[in-house]
Order: sequence, then structure tokens, then C-alpha cells
Amino acid sequence: MIALLVEAASWTFLLLGAFLVLVGALGLVRMPDFYTRLHPAGITDSLGADFILTGLVLQAGFSLVTVKLFLIGAFLFFTSPTSTHAIANAALVAGLKPRHAVVPPRPPEKATQDEEAR
Amino acid sequence: MESVINMALLVFLAGTAFAILRRTTLFSVVMLSGVFSLVSAALLVHLDAVDVAFTEAAVGAGVSTVLMLSTLALTARHEAPGTRSRAIPLIVVFLTGLALVYGTLDMPRFGDPSAPVHQHVAPRYISATAHEIGMPNIVTAVLASYRGFDTLGEVTVIFTAGIAVLLLLAGTIREPTTATKITAMEHHLVLRVVTKVLIGPILLFALYVQFHGDYGPGGGFQAGVIFAAAFIIYALVFGLETAGNALPGRAVRILLALGVLIYSGTGVVSFFFNKNFLDYSVLGATAQAGQHIGIILVEFGVGMTVAAVMVSTFYAFAGQNPPIGDEEW
Amino acid sequence: MEFKDAFGLFNYWIVIVLMMTGLYIVVSRGNLVKKIVGLNIFQTSVFLLYISMGKVTGGTAPILTGKPEVFSNPLPHVLILTAIVVGIATTALGLALVVRIKNAYNSIEEDEIQKLDLAAENEVDEPGARP
Repeated sequence: MIALLVEAASWTFLLLGAFLVLVGALGLVRMPDFYTRLHPAGITDSLGADFILTGLVLQAGFSLVTVKLFLIGAFLFFTSPTSTHAIANAALVAGLKPRHAVVPPRPPEKATQDEEAR
Repeated sequence: MESVINMALLVFLAGTAFAILRRTTLFSVVMLSGVFSLVSAALLVHLDAVDVAFTEAAVGAGVSTVLMLSTLALTARHEAPGTRSRAIPLIVVFLTGLALVYGTLDMPRFGDPSAPVHQHVAPRYISATAHEIGMPNIVTAVLASYRGFDTLGEVTVIFTAGIAVLLLLAGTIREPTTATKITAMEHHLVLRVVTKVLIGPILLFALYVQFHGDYGPGGGFQAGVIFAAAFIIYALVFGLETAGNALPGRAVRILLALGVLIYSGTGVVSFFFNKNFLDYSVLGATAQAGQHIGIILVEFGVGMTVAAVMVSTFYAFAGQNPPIGDEEW
Repeated sequence: MEFKDAFGLFNYWIVIVLMMTGLYIVVSRGNLVKKIVGLNIFQTSVFLLYISMGKVTGGTAPILTGKPEVFSNPLPHVLILTAIVVGIATTALGLALVVRIKNAYNSIEEDEIQKLDLAAENEVDEPGARP
């Protein structure tokens, strides 16, 4: 009974992960510009990968493989947001502007507050 | 199912190769070549070559991309529009391809266990490794022991290439004393913090790969590249000078030679026991223990040379004049 | 030829496509960095050719687990493993040459370099140009 539950949970995670990766890939193609594309790309390697890893951990049971999978998960947890940040930052430094940016008219007092904060 | 994955990955590879062909922005060409390496690594895992995949992922997607990017920063970012005729190369390539395809018709089919390659030499390695060497990873056993002489040659090639890179680029390396200290990525707070967190685990992982190579995928070649990657990422984020303080270029050059020396020295030891070059069986109490000691020593030498070549090559590229700016990476 | 036959040769054909793409980049493009990328593609296709030949249907990675199993051929793995690292070392050498060529000619386009070379030769050949 437990085995069946674990199996079901594992497959749920795997399929969910696969779905998220698929969504990410689709978004990467569909999104209009660089910055919006980063969002689906981020989904792929953080949430999608983590779900798949969780599913695999449930498949592997208690073994050395599980430990390794957790380590991979931890590594991804640190690296994938960082790489997304680095890419976005590099694009900003290089002077790439968002294509469909709508700059909201800022109330004047808030702008001065920002100035002061700096 | 397996063959579907195989074919899908192969088609991805071909697609990436065509994309590389079409792009003229060199930056995206380099990035695509990283993607190409990563996909081929996935394919290699699928083809049961886990050790090779490991190496390809570390080398192709990691070190190779960094070196190419530094070359781009030092040379040009765009490919000039071609002026030469495309027709003749296309015809030549097409005809060569057709001839090669014709040649494959006589080849044994993919995965055929009765193919000639599997009849000779390899079965002996597979059956004898367990009692002659006594380690689970057959690839490591063949690499370091059965074909140790071969590998020594490869390590020497890597060593020579490393020396040649240093010779070529040494003349134009900027003086470390007069250099205005590059601010590196000092304003990238997130990168600096995460790099600090990650470098320890990366080095630890490299050690694991180095010494676990007898039991699982891994060994000196992979570990060397991962070691180098740790130092390269440190140099990228904290600047060349800081990395130079942690691991001076001088020390790297000594390690470069020392690795090859350890390898060939291990081979020479067996001369004193009336054995052939690189016959490790005399090193331990039993032949098997000797093999183990020999393989660990040899792999250590390999790892040392590979890491030193990668790091010193990176130092040479990154230390060029004019300095590569922070945004270039 | 049957369909199953063609299926069994698919790996080799894609390898040939990759090989030819690499060769075409090397031959038809004048940019030296791109030529090196082309060489890398060619190189990877050779790796894949070797590893594809080593694969045995139903085999696993050649790591002994104590159970009787079918293993893929470990010999190509060994050859290619070392070849990859040698490949990056030689790529680095090629890139170093590109950097030096850029320093000397201020260009990494083959056509421009040849033009400069030709101009330099003509200068030397001109009679009375130099004492």
C-alpha cells in the first residue's frame, strides 16, 4: 500500500516537473523579449528541475543515489536563480531595454524619496 | 523508447550545428557551441559512456566556453560578411558526405552485440578487470592501467599544448605590478556571495571525482577540469589578482610539470623491480593492491596536469593586454 | 534496404551530417574563431561516432556491480575521454594563436589577413624599395 502511494507521489512529481519544463520551453519561444523570456527559463531550471528531482528521490528510496540527488537539488537551488540574475544583470549593464516596457508616471514626491534613499 | 530519446538528441545536435553555421554574432556562436556540448553530453550518457559524458559536460560547456569568450573579448565580436563563394565548399562537403553515407552501409548496425568491435580486446578487459585490477570502473582500469602508456602520451600532449599556449601568450601578458587593479565583479554582490558559497563544494566535488574514479564515473581528467573550473570562477568573480594570490601563476606552472612527472615517475618505479614500464603490480603487497596504488598515483598526476593546464591557460588569456573588462564576460 | 536497417544506421548518418557541417564551417567561413568552433563540431562528431560504435543494445555503463550484465564496449570510452581533454588543450592553443594573429594583423578574418600579407610581400618585392 505504502509502495503504491510512494509510486503515485513520485509519478505525480515527475509529471508535474515535466509539465513545468514543457511550459518553460513553450514560454521561451512565445515570450516577446529577453527579460520576459527569463521567466519561463527560470521555471525550467528551478521549479521544474526540483520537481523532477523530488520524483526521482521517491523512486530511488533510501540509498546513496538519494543523497546525490539532494546535493544536485541544493546545487541547482543556488545556481539557477544566480545565473538568471547574472544574465538579467548583464543584459541591463549592456543597455538592453525591455521591449514592451510601460513606464508608469511616477508621483513626484515618491521620486524625491527615492533620491533621498540613495 | 530508448531509440526515440537517442534520435531526438541527435536531431537537436544537428539543429544546433546548423544554428552555429547560420549565426554571424560570434557571441551566440560560442554560446551555441556550449549548448552543443551539453546536448552531446546528454547523448553520451544515453550511449552508456558516463565517464565521457562527464568530461564533455565539464570541458565543453564549462572551460571551453570561458576560453572562447575571453578570445572574443580580445579579438572581435562579429563575423565579417563572407565574400567568398559558397558553392564550391557546398559541393565538396555534399559529395564527401554522400561517400561517407555509402561507406556506412557496410557498417554493423547500431547496438549490434556481434559487431567486430566487441569481439576482440574489449571482452578481455571486461572479464579480467575484476580479478586483475579489482576495481569496478572498467574505464578507469583500462585508462590508467591496461592502456597506461597511451594515457601518458595524452597527458604529455596536454602538457605540451599548455606550454605552447603559455609561450604564445606570455609576451603580451600585462605586468601584474603596473596593472590597474581590475575591479572585477565587485559590484555584483549576489554573484560574489553565491560564488563564495559554491567554491568549497566544487573543490570538494573535484576531490570526490578524483578519488572515487575507481568505483564510479570520474577520474583525473574530469577532476582536473572541475578543479580548474573552481579557480576560474573565482578569478572571474573576484578578479585575476585575487585569484593569483590564492593560486599564483608560478605555482600552477610547477604543478603543470609535476603532474606529468608523477605519472612517468610511477612508471619508472617498476623498472627497479625488473618489471615493464607502468606495471604497477610491484607497488603493493599483492598485484591487485599494487594496481590500486599505481592507478591512484597516476590519476592524481593526470588531475594535477589537467587542472594546471586549464588554470594557466585561463590566466594567460585573462591576463592579456588590454585587460578584459568586467562586462565582457 | 529495409526500414530496420536504416534505423540502425541513423546515428552514423547524423554523425556524418555533423561532420560535414563542421567541415563546411571550416572551409567556407573566413572568421578564425568560427573556424575553431567548426573544428570543435567536427571533433564532437568523431567522438559520437566512436561511442555509437561501442554501444551494445541492452548494455549498461561499464562499471562492475557484481551482477552478470551486458556492458557497452569500454575501449572507445577510454579513447574518447582522453581525446576530449586533449581537444580542449589544442582548442586553447588555437585560440591563443587567434589572439596573437589579432595582435599582429588587427583582424581575425582570413581574407583581410591574406590581403595584408600580399601587400607586405609586394612591398618587399618592389625593386629599390629597400637598400
